Parts: sequence; C-alpha cells; structure tokens
Amino acid sequence: MSAQHASPASPASSLTPPGPPLWLLAEVTYRCPLHCVFCYNPVDFAHTPDELSTDDWLRVLREARAAGSVQCGFSGGEPLLRDDLEVLVAEAHRLGFYTNLLTSGVGLTEARARALKDAGLDHIQLSFQDSTRELNDFLSHTRTFDLKQKVAAIIKDNGWPMVMNCVIHRLNIDYIDHIIDMAVELDAEYLELANSQYYSWALLNRDQLLPSREQIERAERVTNERRQRYGDRIRIFFVVPDYYETRPKKCMNGWGNVFLTVTPDGTALPCHTARMLPGLSFPNVRDMDVRSIWSDSEGFNRYRGDSWMKEPCRTCPEKEKDLGGCRCQAFMLTGDPAAADPVCDKSPSHHKVLEAVDRAQRGEPLLREMPLVFRGPEESRRRPKLHGEPIAQDQDAAQAR
Amino acid sequence: MTEAAVFSPDAYPRISRKFRLQWEDAQQAWVLLYPEGMVKLNQSAGEILQRCDGTRSTLDIVADLEQAFATTGLLADVQAFLGMARQQHWIEG
Repeated sequence: MSAQHASPASPASSLTPPGPPLWLLAEVTYRCPLHCVFCYNPVDFAHTPDELSTDDWLRVLREARAAGSVQCGFSGGEPLLRDDLEVLVAEAHRLGFYTNLLTSGVGLTEARARALKDAGLDHIQLSFQDSTRELNDFLSHTRTFDLKQKVAAIIKDNGWPMVMNCVIHRLNIDYIDHIIDMAVELDAEYLELANSQYYSWALLNRDQLLPSREQIERAERVTNERRQRYGDRIRIFFVVPDYYETRPKKCMNGWGNVFLTVTPDGTALPCHTARMLPGLSFPNVRDMDVRSIWSDSEGFNRYRGDSWMKEPCRTCPEKEKDLGGCRCQAFMLTGDPAAADPVCDKSPSHHKVLEAVDRAQRGEPLLREMPLVFRGPEESRRRPKLHGEPIAQDQDAAQAR
Repeated sequence: MTEAAVFSPDAYPRISRKFRLQWEDAQQAWVLLYPEGMVKLNQSAGEILQRCDGTRSTLDIVADLEQAFATTGLLADVQAFLGMARQQHWIEG
C-alpha cells in the first residue's frame, strides 16, 4: 500500500532530475529474534559490519528530510532491538516525518509503547512472525495469538492506527480465512496479505513456499467473501505472487524514483535487496550526504528512466508501465541485472518462472526432501558473501547481452 | 454513493484523525499522510482542506475562499469536493 499513493514523477531520463526520495526506510538493525523462512534481509547479513550509531541515524534523518523525504519507516531486523529507537522516532517526528514502526511486536512492552507514543510515533505495522513452530502455534491459535492479542491491545490503547501484515505462502495460504478473522478480532484498520516475494531467504525456500494456482484462486475468493462480510471495518490488501503474472511489477515504483533504503551499516539502496547486484557500488551515508546520494551517485542513477534497457524492453510499448520490472529478480534468474524481469512472458527467460510454477502445481512433497532454511546468524555466517553471485546463470543471460 | 452529492453547507468539516495534513516544501504542495502512504493534493484541494479545522462551516470556508481568490460561485465545487473527501475518509463532520 505504500507505493501506489506516492504520486511518482514521470519516469526520469538521465537529464531530468529525480523527484524527492519520499519514502525513507531506515533498516536500523539486521538483528532479529525471529527466523522467518521468507525474510528479505540478505542471506549474508551476518557479514554486515558495525551498525550506524545514534548520531549517524540522526544525521541521516535530517538530511533525508531536507531532501524531501516525508514517510519514514523504522524497520529491520527487529527495530525494537535498538534501545535508541525512541530517540530516532522523536527526531523524525520533530522534523515533520510521518513515522511508521514495522515490527514483529516482540519487545513491544507497555512501557516501550508509552515511550514511543511520547516520542510522536504515528503508526505501527504489526507482522505475524512465522517459523514452523510458530506457524503451528498460529494455526492452533495458541501462543502466537496470545502475543499478537497482547501487542495489538497495547497498540490500540495508545490510539495508533494498526496495519497487520502477514506474509502469505504455500504453508499458510489455506488458512487465510483464519488470518483475516484474527485481524478483525484484533481491530486492525488495514490487513496486508502479501504473498511472499522470492528474494533472499524466500528464494532459498521458493519451492516450499510458492503456492499453487488453485491455492491462490481460493485465497482470493475467500478474501473477497470476507471483504463483503466485514465492509468498512477493515481494508484488506491481497498481493498476488508475481510468478503468476505475465507482466512484471513496476518495482519500487521505479528505480530511484520514490524509495530510499538505508541499511544497518549505512549503505544507501534504491530497494531492500539491490546490494546483490553486480558491477554497481552503492554509497554509504557515512561518506556522502543523502541529497548527493539520491541525485548524483552511480548506484541510484544506473537504472533510472529507460536508457539502460535492452530488448525486449527497449522497444516494448508497455515499458513505461512497468519499467522492465525488478532488477534484482532479473539478475537472480538470468544473471543480467539489465535483462527484462523474467516474470514478463516476453522475456527469453520466462520459462524459469514457469518451471517454478510448474513444480508448485505438481505439489511434490518437498518438505520431506528439502528442509526449510531458517534465517539466522549462524546459517548466514555459513554462507559466503553473496554480492554479485547470480543464483541461476545460464545461456539466456549471454544471449540477452 | 449518494453521500458525495449532499455535503451540507452547515457542516463543520475537520481533517479525520486517520490523516495528517501538512505543507511539503519539497513538493510545493499540501499532502495528506497516513500509515505508509501519502496523497499529494492539487492547489484547490489544499486550499479547501487547510480550512477544514472544525471551527468553520462549509459556507464559512466558501466565503473565505471567494474572498482570498476574489471570485464567486464556489459553493457547488466546494460541496462536491468535500463530499468526495468524506467518502475517502479524509474529513469528518
């Protein structure tokens, strides 16, 4: 729900200066008490050097606000693990940001909530955490439900609007009716049913997480029935996994168009996952001010507009609509970040998406054959630094060049 | 919905608690902010909504606008806009 309202400027060419970075996502830490199998944090996150200091973050907030940022999301990892979160929220509030906390709720005590309220926090997005044990808890309405109920009550008692977010995948999609009912019961104003996007940890687990077409159709039907039933009580967003589309998403509403992510170590990115792209260096807020990062850095300018496009995008009549889709997905599936997003059925690599869908349709008993990979520091340290390593390189990439 | 057509001239509209109205220098526009989102307002919408503070009636707002922009006959347009704004839950009252 973030991107579509933010009135993006027309696609920039290299000559048009970009509009302001309206959305600042402050990923204040990669530390997290959870081990979600669909996490979009980089799989090599444990190799990340020191986190930015409080003073660094305060400077980033001031610079971003001066550059025109107006929505500020505090995210992670679990942002509540930073004990200076209240200080950062207070400064963001003072600067005129609309402040959003994106949390699992773990660590949101009554005292912490009061301090955040006093600091001027505007809104909390509460996500369902999800690991096998907790999924079981969730499905049986036990511990997870208790935690969510407690945290949701704290959020409502403080008068915050509440967005509930649940990442949807093969293992929970058939319980979507329970998820919606729970959100209504907890008095959420908005519910995001976001199908997992296949990056980072979710890509490692793609075959276990991608639902079948029948599962998605049923989930959409059930969601529509619940929308009818609950009317104005709750707004429900349902995001279909793009693997089932034939045209790609306009990723991040355009590269370097609206979104600016600052990672825990200060790297500035046009999206959460762009650090994986090869041959491209991204600036660090320790070395460069936000305005120069946004306007002048190679990292932010590389895929702005459409002059970087190759065929079939370059001459495609729909190129303005989706700007060639997602650069990270193009890289992960073809090895070439300037290729068309293979979700597009005009892409010469579209068969890779179809193959994944085909496996999901066959519904093989994958869980027994391939265990889920849980996000965690030990698992992450076992993995080499991934920067610039495509997941699936093949002939198509060479042909596309 | 018919609500949009009948926004009362005697109502005292105010910005809904679900939204925050503020001027953004970088965009040279009034914007409505809400959880993870933003509506960028055009000039007329900004002029109307910044006057929706709960102390002025629709008629007061119209009179104020007509004076500020040295014009007349804005009532119907303002009513139509406020009707739409209420449908969007931007305003209450």
